[in-house]
Amino acid sequence: MAMHRFLMAAGLLTSAFAVPGMAVAEEAANGHGPVIEAQEWSFAPPFGGFKQGQLQRGYRVYKDICASCHSMRFLSFRNLAEVGGPHFSPAAVEMLASQVQVTDGPDAKGEMFQRPGRPSDRFPSRFANDEAARAANNGALPPDLSLMAKARAGGADYLYALLTGYQQAPAGFDLTQGMQYNTAFAGHQIAMPNPLVDGIVPYTDGTEPTVDNYAKDVSAFLMWSAEPTLEERHKVGARVMIFLFVFAFIMFLAKRAVWERLHRRDHSHTA
Amino acid sequence: MAHPSTYKPTSGFGKWIDTRLPFPRVVHDQFMVFPTPRNLNYWWTFGGILTFMLVLQMMTGIVLAMHYVPSADGAFDSVEKIMRDVNWGWLLRYAHAVGASMFFVAVFIHTFRGLYYGSYKAPREVLWILGVLILLLMIATAFMGYSLVWGQMSFWAVTVITNLFSSLDSLIPGLGTTLVEWIWGGFAVGGPTLNRLYSLHYLLPFVIAGVVILHIWALHVPGNNNPTGVDVKTERDTIPFHPYYSIKDGFAIVLFLIVFAALLFYVPNYLSHPDNYIPANPLQTPPHIVPEWYFLPFYAILRAIPSKLFGVIGMLGAIAVLFIVPWLDTSRIRSTSYRPIYKWFFWLFVITCIALGYLGAQAPDGWYLFFGRAFTIYYFAFFLLIMPIVGLIERPKKLPGSITQSVLGSQASKPPSPPPPGPDDREGLA
Repeated sequence: MAMHRFLMAAGLLTSAFAVPGMAVAEEAANGHGPVIEAQEWSFAPPFGGFKQGQLQRGYRVYKDICASCHSMRFLSFRNLAEVGGPHFSPAAVEMLASQVQVTDGPDAKGEMFQRPGRPSDRFPSRFANDEAARAANNGALPPDLSLMAKARAGGADYLYALLTGYQQAPAGFDLTQGMQYNTAFAGHQIAMPNPLVDGIVPYTDGTEPTVDNYAKDVSAFLMWSAEPTLEERHKVGARVMIFLFVFAFIMFLAKRAVWERLHRRDHSHTA
Repeated sequence: MAHPSTYKPTSGFGKWIDTRLPFPRVVHDQFMVFPTPRNLNYWWTFGGILTFMLVLQMMTGIVLAMHYVPSADGAFDSVEKIMRDVNWGWLLRYAHAVGASMFFVAVFIHTFRGLYYGSYKAPREVLWILGVLILLLMIATAFMGYSLVWGQMSFWAVTVITNLFSSLDSLIPGLGTTLVEWIWGGFAVGGPTLNRLYSLHYLLPFVIAGVVILHIWALHVPGNNNPTGVDVKTERDTIPFHPYYSIKDGFAIVLFLIVFAALLFYVPNYLSHPDNYIPANPLQTPPHIVPEWYFLPFYAILRAIPSKLFGVIGMLGAIAVLFIVPWLDTSRIRSTSYRPIYKWFFWLFVITCIALGYLGAQAPDGWYLFFGRAFTIYYFAFFLLIMPIVGLIERPKKLPGSITQSVLGSQASKPPSPPPPGPDDREGLA
């Protein structure tokens, strides 16, 4: 990855424009590494955005499956109403938030108390702390998912490959007790059990409730949660690029007009 | 170039201030009518681009500092708060992070341009040395800035780089360890380290700005070098900085901004490492600790040398050797365009720097290590052997008689013409 980045930066020295959109199938190149294939995503640069329905389904998968072990500490319920995100209605967000119990306080008597969640509350965490999470998961710590799509090489492609990469270990593979074989995971041994089976999360919008769709939807949702301003960035980017191209053209004409004076002078004295 | 002042204050206030603080006179003489060689190509626009980038980094940085929390517990979360909750915070932060990369793209091109055209040769040695000093300060500033994210790669980069000082233990036992603990403000990289890096990261850009002013001052005494390396001989060889180069630099800045914006808006994380989106964890070392791309050539040199102490010396020496380049180059002429032998060594040196950058990202073993060592040897041989020797034995190509002749051919031998139209010349606009 660092090598690709360096070469691209070196390429900038000579090229005027960088080609965006490179989902890297990382170590796959050296033959024995994890296999991560690039997928078609609605949010690919330069013009892509999130599909609202996909993010809503992805949230559903997160809430029903992932959240039983993984926290998302940078997300609040209010974020679910954001434009360029799942864009749930305010009423739906109120409802989703109120389904959880939040510890608040201290009150006037110095006591902590439980109350229903509000949109301003963070997503609840299944475990009180990392130690509790490890104790419940055979010593493995389920990482926070808020930034997961940016914290792994391959991004959403990697997450999709991981969630659909559970297989029977090949003959002769030395699988440690309590671990699972996964084609996308580095070293192919992952502590997380296969979380998805067909039909485990009901979909109400007509989308097929398959592992493939779950994996795609939740990967897109995690991309949004890692980069909630992605859509805005692409939109602002388009305007900025148009502005800069027009500006560059005007500057080119102005520069040429100014230097014409010099050329006229040279010719008037040498003709 | 030092030239008689042509500024004539017209207004009452203009005359009043001119005898007290002649700032308008300096602007007029140094940035409006300043005589500039007429043949500067687009490689000469990177000085203006760098000034623009320095200002942009300071402006985005100052606003980011209003929202950033410089503590081991708060740093990572405050960066995420900037990305999610601060209005336009994502734009500020990505502009600052991608801006650092673009700053280095520009400074590397600027440095290679100086090397190619012999811009360090007399009488521009001080100008060059100040430039190398700016490069050194930029490296320090960028390193400290990267640490502030306090992600895994930030934390471990700080650990690796600060630990380099412990190599001094092999000179005087205890010296390195003491120094490293003093830098850390403790027995490991932690909150105190982050706080001092933050303080210095805010300070150093202003030091850079100060040295930039000296750099421009040192430029304006001998004046610009130019692609022929031939000195300015007559007034005909020069044109006023404004409007000719102000408009050319302006155009170049807009082109540069197009590349910058493409990275910033479409692939803002492409030049950074995914591990830096994992909060710093002192108990878990990432499998590969790699610096930002602009440090990779130096990192490759560090790892090519077997001894830790000499590795550090080699890495620092790769920059330090630039300071003495004006005295290593024995060539009688400046521009590599007229040096048939040296030209090949120069381009091999450019390839070496790119190759070292590639190797800096690879694990240092097998062929990677072999080539890392080979290119490291060439890197230093280029300065310490090739520059002095080739300059002595080489017969340069025939230089043009003057800058004007290089632009206009033999027509330039015609009698001198009046000075070129300046900014106040209305007729020229017709």
